Amino acid sequence: MDFVMNFPFFSIMLCMFAALATFMLGRKAAGIVAKAAISITLIMSVVLTAWLHMSGESFVYMMGHFPAPWGNEIRAGELEGIMAVFTCIIALLSMTTGKTSIRTQVDDTKQNLFYLITCLMEASLLALIYTNDIFTGYVFIEINTIAGCGLIMIKNTGRAIASAVRYMVVSLVGSGLFLIGTTLLYSITGHLLMENIFDSVSELFSDGSHIVTLTIITALMTVGLSIKSGLFPFHLWIPDAYAVSIAPSSAMLSGMVSKGYIFLLIKLIYRVIGFEVFKETGVFDLIFIAGVAAMIMGSVSAIRSEHLRRMTAYSSVSQIGYIFMGIGIANDAGMVAAIFHIITHGLTKSLLFMSASSFTGKKEDIRIRDIKGMGHKHPVSSAAFTAAALSIVGFPLFAGFIAKMLLANASFGEGYKMYIAICAIAISTILNVIYFFRCIINLYAFGGFEDKDRENSIAGGDTAKEEAEFLPTRYERIVHGVSVSVLAVLNLYIGVAPKLLTSILTKGLNVFN
Amino acid sequence: MLEQIYNHFNDIVAAILFVIGFSNLLFQKNLIKKIIGINIMDVSIYLLLASQGYISGRIAPILTDGSENAVTYINPIPSGLVLTGIVVSVSVTALMLSMTVRLYRKYKTLDLDEILMKVRREKEESEK
Repeated sequence: MDFVMNFPFFSIMLCMFAALATFMLGRKAAGIVAKAAISITLIMSVVLTAWLHMSGESFVYMMGHFPAPWGNEIRAGELEGIMAVFTCIIALLSMTTGKTSIRTQVDDTKQNLFYLITCLMEASLLALIYTNDIFTGYVFIEINTIAGCGLIMIKNTGRAIASAVRYMVVSLVGSGLFLIGTTLLYSITGHLLMENIFDSVSELFSDGSHIVTLTIITALMTVGLSIKSGLFPFHLWIPDAYAVSIAPSSAMLSGMVSKGYIFLLIKLIYRVIGFEVFKETGVFDLIFIAGVAAMIMGSVSAIRSEHLRRMTAYSSVSQIGYIFMGIGIANDAGMVAAIFHIITHGLTKSLLFMSASSFTGKKEDIRIRDIKGMGHKHPVSSAAFTAAALSIVGFPLFAGFIAKMLLANASFGEGYKMYIAICAIAISTILNVIYFFRCIINLYAFGGFEDKDRENSIAGGDTAKEEAEFLPTRYERIVHGVSVSVLAVLNLYIGVAPKLLTSILTKGLNVFN
Repeated sequence: MLEQIYNHFNDIVAAILFVIGFSNLLFQKNLIKKIIGINIMDVSIYLLLASQGYISGRIAPILTDGSENAVTYINPIPSGLVLTGIVVSVSVTALMLSMTVRLYRKYKTLDLDEILMKVRREKEESEK
């Protein structure tokens, strides 16, 4: 056994222990520990992905001393590796860009808890990505929910706690449905490990027995996971949760938390229920329709909202719709496109929230008409925001364009789904252009912008001093600028040279079952 | 029909409990009642899960009189899963209760609709 095979286990455990350590440390030390742990995890994940890409294989790693049908296992392939890399990047950059927000918007004594929640979130996401046991999946879904709830309410305001309660209520319904699905699956197969369930399910399916039960199980688990990832009819908690919490929380919630559930759903399709059985149950069509509806309705709500971060949150709803539409097309190309879009949307949406944080300052949200002229005051953030907006709209050279192209390509030859998918992409793109270009035009408009901070500092006095507390320091500004530039460059790189990523995803999907 | 009901008694009770818990969670306005709804919902799932592992006439899988024959005992895995699930639901309940306490201190009410209304008013005032 190669030493590299230990890396998935190491990365989960490292994040867990880092979370425990930050609980006892002060604010600065906690930040350093969390960043170091996630950086090491990032390096390990990159090495693992490279190693798996070279060998083109996947492996199963035994946890504990009980062999296959009884014990617990984790599995790593290229898909898992690249997802781990992607979540680490977002978690790390959210922490570096969010320094100002954490310092000014979280209580002094509770700032180390932000790092605790981030490490816990990363650990639970990694476990969701790597797990080969469906009940472990359920447990880490719950840990992920609790950590997500913590991310929302780390800002101790009434609004934040109220939206955390709403998030929790909706999420618990989702995980309840997932648990019932797991229970029924165990009762008809007698297994909890994904490979064993897969074998039993295909046996049951070829017998023709338990077809109704299998359909119910698939529907329950799919609905449960789509409630948690915020698919269209269940999206009502998204705008509150994303727009109320502090900027790094929103970046992580939108960028990686909802994506972990979608990845688990893809795992369920390929490794638990089996692609053919899943297709036979007709749940794919349900996902497809909900995805298309989300693409349109999310964009319409985004156009109607007046506030910048709320608009970005609604845009998340429509982008999640794209991902589910890709899954609903029900072929391998669609699945590759969906995972590609998981990654591009994660990178883009977290970039939007991070760069928007320098426009909003200490305020929770900002009206879109109030960002007039901000482009001249925050050049780096505005450039990054523009890049991310262009990427989401699907402008060539950016990652979003490749994702949309892959989605459209995947739908060819799929009958009625082709027409619906292409029309939906076209309509949604036009709607995206409407609301994002409104922001960009406002950003770079002249006039209407008053330099209140400078007036204040000239006037001197206590208010200016208090204001200065909330402004980012020089060091924080530099770190913020570098981090958003890294994300923007990554976006551009995937857009210009998507070959590497698509080859990893295609190869990973081939060895997935 | 009656025999069917008798054979699946646990499952039917679990389904009824789940519906009670689910509707409590979604339609009750009081936060404490919502949390009770969550607990009823979780318990119903654990009942379903535990009854999957029960084999009538056998005893709990604890070595007392030294019989190592598996035929003596029920299936222990669902019981183990139920234990894990109970731990999860305890922590979720604790978290929900702590959030309820915080909201009550701030808004002096447990009614979620009223809280959301006050929150909205707060937001509108802050924007003026």
